[in-house]
Amino acid sequence: MTGTGNDVGTAAPRRWVIWLPLVLFLGFVALVMFGLLRPADRNVASALVGKPMPQFSLPPALPGRPGLDSKLLRNGKPHLVNIFASWCVPCRIEAPQLQALAKAGIPIEGISVRDTTEALQGFLEQNGDPYQRIGADDDGQVQLALGSSGVPETYVIDGKGKIVYQHIGEIRPDQLGLILDKLKEASE
Amino acid sequence: MIRLPVLNTPVPHMLALLLMALLMALGLATAAPLMAQEEQSTAPYAYRQLDDPAKEEKAQALMETLRCLQCQGQSIADSDAPIAGSMRSLVRERIEAGEDPEAIRRWLIERYGDYVSYAPRITGLTWPLFAVPAALLLLAFLLLRRRFGGKPEQGEGT
Repeated sequence: MTGTGNDVGTAAPRRWVIWLPLVLFLGFVALVMFGLLRPADRNVASALVGKPMPQFSLPPALPGRPGLDSKLLRNGKPHLVNIFASWCVPCRIEAPQLQALAKAGIPIEGISVRDTTEALQGFLEQNGDPYQRIGADDDGQVQLALGSSGVPETYVIDGKGKIVYQHIGEIRPDQLGLILDKLKEASE
Repeated sequence: MIRLPVLNTPVPHMLALLLMALLMALGLATAAPLMAQEEQSTAPYAYRQLDDPAKEEKAQALMETLRCLQCQGQSIADSDAPIAGSMRSLVRERIEAGEDPEAIRRWLIERYGDYVSYAPRITGLTWPLFAVPAALLLLAFLLLRRRFGGKPEQGEGT
């Protein structure tokens, strides 16, 4: 009953409606191309930023240097926890920046991932040694517990053991200010 | 272009070239594992299956749906990246200890976000992915019924 009546009634507006699927399709293509051509950010950030540091206790990586216990990160002072390895090339690039931070009196704790004592000693001799403690994460399990997906990564921890900031990749010279700002934020 | 001079060279020369290429390929093939060795995962279950086949099967099923964080198109079951080895060991050790696979997945999502899991979850952000197809199907059904639904009854009536 309404079938034939409707057809006659809506004949005129249908002229533009016929283009609607094509427009929708082109919009879809544009969306796909945008997603495809946009430079991808492949960093996987830790979801633990803003949350307490997970508890862990790592054995010393070097003889004569203490390992790292997460309890120590709750001693009321902000800390940097640097996840690194002797086999990691960008770690060599950030070494001078870590040295500068250590010289400025900032406590830097190290977690060495999937490393050996000999390789680590060689790395520290070559690139300097800013670490107060180095915990050996030989199996990479503490790295996973921290939500870290690569080396190097640097966590800024406040005095109560909360993760304030996660720096993914090496700390470049122009990023020292950023790290200092985050440390200031952590000490407030 | 390159083929002509090679055709002109005497056969022993060609053989020597081939041999050299082969040796170089072999050299590359053996050099890569040596370089990777220092960062290979030493975690106990990175490259070892669980003794209990039932538990190993459970672990394998979970590992196939977890993303390797380094080589991001692969699951940790497929990937040979050192961090994937550490993740496999984590999964196997926890399954061995009797932990539920979905609890392990939640533990990882807590740390790395949804990205680490290949199994989609319904969240505030993802529900349209599930709702829109259902809505489109419903819409198509309603449109088709309006267009064709009435006619058979009319046909029967007259």
